[in-house]
Amino acid sequence: MTAIVECKHLTKRYKNKEALSEIDLTLESGRIIGLLGPNGSGKTTLIKLINKLLVPTSGELLVAGEKPGVESKAMVSYLPEQSYLGDWMYVKDALDFFKDFYEDFDNSRALNMLEKLNIAPNDKIKSMSKGTKEKLQLILVMSRRAKLYCLDEPIAGVDPAARDYILSTIINNYDENATILISTHLIADVENILDDVIFIQDGKIRLHQDVDDIRSKQGTSIDHLFREVFKC
Amino acid sequence: MAWELNSGQPIYTQIIERIMIEIVSGCYKPGEKLPSVRELASIAAVNPNTMQKAMAGLEQSGLVFSHRTSGRFITEDSNMIKKAKETLASAQIEEFMKKMEQLGITREETIELIQKKGEES
Repeated sequence: MTAIVECKHLTKRYKNKEALSEIDLTLESGRIIGLLGPNGSGKTTLIKLINKLLVPTSGELLVAGEKPGVESKAMVSYLPEQSYLGDWMYVKDALDFFKDFYEDFDNSRALNMLEKLNIAPNDKIKSMSKGTKEKLQLILVMSRRAKLYCLDEPIAGVDPAARDYILSTIINNYDENATILISTHLIADVENILDDVIFIQDGKIRLHQDVDDIRSKQGTSIDHLFREVFKC
Repeated sequence: MAWELNSGQPIYTQIIERIMIEIVSGCYKPGEKLPSVRELASIAAVNPNTMQKAMAGLEQSGLVFSHRTSGRFITEDSNMIKKAKETLASAQIEEFMKKMEQLGITREETIELIQKKGEES
């Protein structure tokens, strides 16, 4: 198996707070990985570093063997926590936006998924509900043929039925050679689709393991293990 | 509808068991073609990698075999299916016996109770 992301002694400091400290981490290709940790543990910081929205304070981070940059952005599809689609946009503007930006964007795939949700290209983003906006964004992000998908809290703000929809969209669009990194604290909802989990706490990796290994060795769900490890 | 899976046990072993039950109960006929890994993963709402692992396990058991180009099929060996049925049934009985023992009922008493139940209906 090849590595899509490699971190060596990766550290990120904000003024006097260390968000990530000396992390060593390798993410392999062809896996669906859960990045799990309490609020403020460093999940978003790691994802932002992978997407070059932040630069490391020290240490090294490589995406497909290269430092994050133009080339890596062409192969990493990123779903941020917050919406970046403008309220002035129509759905077709957002599609054009992605078509212009990303060579690997599959427009017909996106249209197909939107149609199933009864979202029309002429719908205005401003008049959409929060859940619909999140679904639209996920569809855009998953319609790229990327090597790595970084999904930052993709299910946090939506109802359970919408969560199921989002998770099935992730599974149905997953290509076996790609890697998906999902950050969340809603573990019970995602754990059945994960290959590996990473527990992160206070900027350090607590655990990085195959999910079925955990279940067979410890006989416990990931949700339960998380509650044990992060007991307050 | 996603399959009901227990997250305290490996997902792929639960999938193997579920498909085995579908085979021995006749939901899948001998020689029938299985849906693709992707379709099955989508139906079960699990990761395709996990479904792949379950398929490898089923192939190892011999109940399922793969044709390099045309997909995966249920075995036509009815003896093997019968044997799998017996194995699953005996596991169920063992589990039941264990529960009865926890209630303080011996094996002999359990068998007696079952016989009585059988006569009642």
